[in-house]
Amino acid sequence: MGLQLSIVTPERELFTGEVDSVLAPGMDGEMGILPRHAPLIAALKEGVLIARQGEEEMVFAVHGGYMQVLPDRVIVLADVAERAEEIDIERAEAARRRAEELLKKEPPPEMRAEAIAALRRSLVRLRVARRRRYRIESERPESSD
Amino acid sequence: METLREIRRRIRSIRNLSQVTRALEAVSASNVQRAQAAVLATRPYAHRAWEVIVNLAGIKGIPLHPLLVHRDPPRSALIVLFTSDRGLCGAYNSHIIKVATDFAQRLDVPVRYIAVGRRGRDALWRMRAELVAEFTGLPAVPGFLDLSPVARAAIEEFLEGRADEVFLAYTDYINLLQQRPVVRRLLPLRPTRLDEQAVSEYVVDMRPAPVADYIYEPDPETVLSTVLPRFTELQVYQAALEAATSEHAARQVAMRNATDNAEDLLRDLTLTRNKARQRMITRELLDIAGGAEALRQLEARQ
Repeated sequence: MGLQLSIVTPERELFTGEVDSVLAPGMDGEMGILPRHAPLIAALKEGVLIARQGEEEMVFAVHGGYMQVLPDRVIVLADVAERAEEIDIERAEAARRRAEELLKKEPPPEMRAEAIAALRRSLVRLRVARRRRYRIESERPESSD
Repeated sequence: METLREIRRRIRSIRNLSQVTRALEAVSASNVQRAQAAVLATRPYAHRAWEVIVNLAGIKGIPLHPLLVHRDPPRSALIVLFTSDRGLCGAYNSHIIKVATDFAQRLDVPVRYIAVGRRGRDALWRMRAELVAEFTGLPAVPGFLDLSPVARAAIEEFLEGRADEVFLAYTDYINLLQQRPVVRRLLPLRPTRLDEQAVSEYVVDMRPAPVADYIYEPDPETVLSTVLPRFTELQVYQAALEAATSEHAARQVAMRNATDNAEDLLRDLTLTRNKARQRMITRELLDIAGGAEALRQLEARQ
């Protein structure tokens, strides 16, 4: 028995498919979900969500939201979410620098909140994208054999 | 009586105009498609989110979330009015502005506004209505993040007690030829009264799910305060997308009519031009014939 995972944002259904396990960024720390989990609704913070399917690992960046867990289903309702493959590292890096510079200049409160949110988003994106890159690099020797 | 040259000039300018309106029609048509697709894409999220809210609202013994609290009787209201930035879309803007202001009058409490779109802002300004905030320059098909400042402004007004009720006034897209201006409730949320909510179209099943014994992580209050503001944002986003779809549809139809009118005019003018040309040719022929006749008579007399 697998888990039916859907990752949904207001703008699109990012992913639907069968997976073996899900590792989600809960408010109080990482939460691992396996099939037959008790019904659960959990608030998420921005972070990395990993879905495993056999040997394969899918990595997503999730920016806030919540997750509904049923014995055979996991539904992630995120404000914004993207696959690791979609993340443009250079853009995320540029966004991080922009946000950091803005924060140094002590902006007015509402701009400050925006900047902090932007900074968090870019940091999560970078983490997700790097994780994927390491994986690709570590897999490389095997594939070249 | 216009001269042939004037008629030709008019034909040329109307032909150019009809090319512009035809291009605008095509652009609007593609925007309608995109906006409509975006509206449909919110459906899975809306449905899930509503399910969670209904479940959470059923739990006894937790304090009512501020976004669910009714103030009875309401003493003030806020209307978020969705209009377009640009014109050339028929009666789209004037309809929704009329419906929103009529609704405001019936409320019988002081009403303030958040204007989304330049047209609505200008109209409210002319009426000397009280504007809390204005948002203009949204993209043709707005994204979720474009609308979250609007939602946040509305939530803040409600939570700080400056508005006891918040409504969304927008144009509901039915089909290309029909769009319906509506006013629907945004806040306070009423998990038992789906029909009043802006989201009602997108949520199919409103019964609480059979699995009610959820574990809440970290606790129900935190989850509810994660879910509710986002759900409010979602409703604002959906209203904006409906409004955008309607705007582009109205513009597409207006532009098609303009193109049709231009073509009618071109047909008429072409006829007038041909008549004028024929008249000129006839006149010239008469001149020549008359001249030749005169010449012949002159020769005959000599």
